[in-house]
Amino acid sequence: MGFSHAGEPEKEELKFGFIKLTDMAPLAIAYEKGYFEDEGLYVTLEAQANWKVLLDRVIDGELDGAHMLAGQPLGATIGFGTKADIITAFSMDLNGNAITVSNDIWKQMKPNIPTKDGKPVHPIKADALKPVVEKYKSEGKPFKMGMVFPVSTHNYELRYWLAAGGIHPGFYAPKKGDISGTIKADAFLSVTPPPQMPSTMEAGTIYGYCVGEPWNQQAVFKGIGVPVVTDYEIWKNNPEKVFGVSKKWADNNPNTHIAVVKAMIRAAKWLDDENNKNRPEAVKILSQSNYVGADYDVIANSMTGTFEYEKGDKRSVPDFNVFFRYNATYPYYSDAIWYLTQMRRWGQISEPKADSWYMDIAKKVYRPDIYATAAKELIKEGKISAKQFPDFAKEDGFKAPQKHFIDNITYNGRKPNDYLKKFNIGLKGSDVIK
Amino acid sequence: MLFKTKFKYYFTKNDGDGPMAFVMPFTLPKDMGNKFIRSFMVPFVAFLLFLGIWGGFASQIVTSLGEVPGPKQVWEQTINLYNEHNAERDKQEKFYERQEKRNAKKLEKKPDAKVKIRPYTGNPTFFDQMLTSLYTVLTGFLIASLIAIPIGIISGLSATVHRAINPIIQIFKPVSPLAWLPIVTIIVSSVYVSDDPMFSKSFITSSITVTLCCMWPTIINTALGVSSIDPDLINVSRVLRLNWFTKVYKIVLPSSVPMIFAGLRLSLGIGWMVLIAAEMLAQNPGLGKFVWDEFQNGSSNSLARIMVAVFAIGLIGFALDRTMLYAQRKVSWDRNAIIR
Repeated sequence: MGFSHAGEPEKEELKFGFIKLTDMAPLAIAYEKGYFEDEGLYVTLEAQANWKVLLDRVIDGELDGAHMLAGQPLGATIGFGTKADIITAFSMDLNGNAITVSNDIWKQMKPNIPTKDGKPVHPIKADALKPVVEKYKSEGKPFKMGMVFPVSTHNYELRYWLAAGGIHPGFYAPKKGDISGTIKADAFLSVTPPPQMPSTMEAGTIYGYCVGEPWNQQAVFKGIGVPVVTDYEIWKNNPEKVFGVSKKWADNNPNTHIAVVKAMIRAAKWLDDENNKNRPEAVKILSQSNYVGADYDVIANSMTGTFEYEKGDKRSVPDFNVFFRYNATYPYYSDAIWYLTQMRRWGQISEPKADSWYMDIAKKVYRPDIYATAAKELIKEGKISAKQFPDFAKEDGFKAPQKHFIDNITYNGRKPNDYLKKFNIGLKGSDVIK
Repeated sequence: MLFKTKFKYYFTKNDGDGPMAFVMPFTLPKDMGNKFIRSFMVPFVAFLLFLGIWGGFASQIVTSLGEVPGPKQVWEQTINLYNEHNAERDKQEKFYERQEKRNAKKLEKKPDAKVKIRPYTGNPTFFDQMLTSLYTVLTGFLIASLIAIPIGIISGLSATVHRAINPIIQIFKPVSPLAWLPIVTIIVSSVYVSDDPMFSKSFITSSITVTLCCMWPTIINTALGVSSIDPDLINVSRVLRLNWFTKVYKIVLPSSVPMIFAGLRLSLGIGWMVLIAAEMLAQNPGLGKFVWDEFQNGSSNSLARIMVAVFAIGLIGFALDRTMLYAQRKVSWDRNAIIR
């Protein structure tokens, strides 16, 4: 039992926001397992209507912090969308998203997908979707897909997947007042809140979407669509959600912030302990109507290391949701920079920027220093061994160049501009949308 | 047809003049039997019939969340919600126990440390949400009454005032809560700013929306009641040279009270109906939010749980109406009027 950290929390009654997605699990577990209380924190968790409402409420102080898209603190800091200083000291999970298309689109895509033993060969590339998009284009019908927010992981993942298959997802041009992101687009992407994705696709407003769980598995259970690719296949172990707070809040409540991060590190570890041993219990908690609220079976499908693509085609994806292993909770600068490169690639950052600029923004928003303080306290308290964390003495916040992308392009966080040059579709160098 | 001999009731098969076949005689005290059948058996049988039709049709309609739930599933979810309520209460108790222990430890370490008991941080149960809804609607209704009754009295007393405000009332009366809500939300969030707010914004937004939608019937009925006071009574007040306030207090109010209550009853009914929509959008933690959250969850139990809420909303609305009816009867001095 608590009060072991250096300073008492400045604020003990806290309210955190979340969106109904399985990757909010570290918050639910830290609450239900009493980790917040161990730190002397009295936390209320509250579901939010959509990502914009959530961000606005963190900015105006109604929420002390929230489950956020990795791009949200970065987007807010550079002023794409609402401008505000938001920081993060805790990365909530890796992977956990997928792209789903409607039954009708799947039927048209399927002949283009190679099969083995009667089953489609994964990963399915957007090459299979390209003829379908072209058909819609020639008939003068816009090909519409949904993602959850302009700076969401899902937007960048969907764009990455489409572009890797030669389908242009469109540019943003905020300087010219265009924030719909559909300039030159083959596929038109629009925003829909995660829980409403399946019903929006069922209504025919969009033909497919990229979203977190359980909303892809929900489509399978409802029989309205087929998940075609997981983000694990687009970019292996990609960083996903973060825990974001406003910079002002963090400056006023440094001890509270450390205490929150400690509780959440313990929760993340609990979620991954002994090969996901606790996952069934976690699924049971998440299926409560005040958290995610979907059926146990729907959530369990992806949380317990499997993923169901076409109905009946359930495959093992042990790392579909990663909360702690592979240093999932550590806020790497290189992760921040990857998101910034994608913002530049699609025109959300409209002007060319130097490599040093990317580094400066990453350092402003991602705060491994706070994480390290929290982790060291947990080590001192004997709750987690030092082996399970990065070596803080040596860690510089950059992952080694990463290779596992669906288009086999290597990402090196130290050289963002060189990285951008490797893409056929997307802004690079001194490109500006005119 | 049902007819009676001296002490017995018989069901017969035909209504004509021909010979009657006695089906089943049964005895009941004379008046009670009739009343019992009319006031209890008829609604009961009708309700069973309703459940049967509902159960029969529900299983025919298959949605993406499974079959539309019938009475059985709805009953199961009612029990579930009750159990969840109890489980949450247990958790709450333990939460306070843990907190006390923690505070004691803190004091042991540092006797002058400030400790306090914090309110439970868990989520509200279905029954908590019912109370929130009731509290919200009554607040909105109270504000509406405080505004509507004086306006109604003034416009009932003066034909000029009535002519002046009548168009405004007629324009605003049919406006849906969904139209008011965005306006109210934005005004509340910019006007109601405090570091330690006593009420949450969602509560204020919902109750003000209720106020805006439900004050009109009270104004109209009060005005009508006041303007139709017996002229003799007004003349009496002139003869006695009562001042304006005494006139209103001693003569106008007592004689228009039945109409005012008729208006209040209508207002409360509208307020309750409006509240659910307001809560849904304002995210006030009442029954409206419950319905919205379940819709978002999209679990296989969601439809049945929403139907539990539908029944709860209906029953509470019914109870509110009966309460107002009772009050209306109590204040009515015209014993001949049939109020129902």
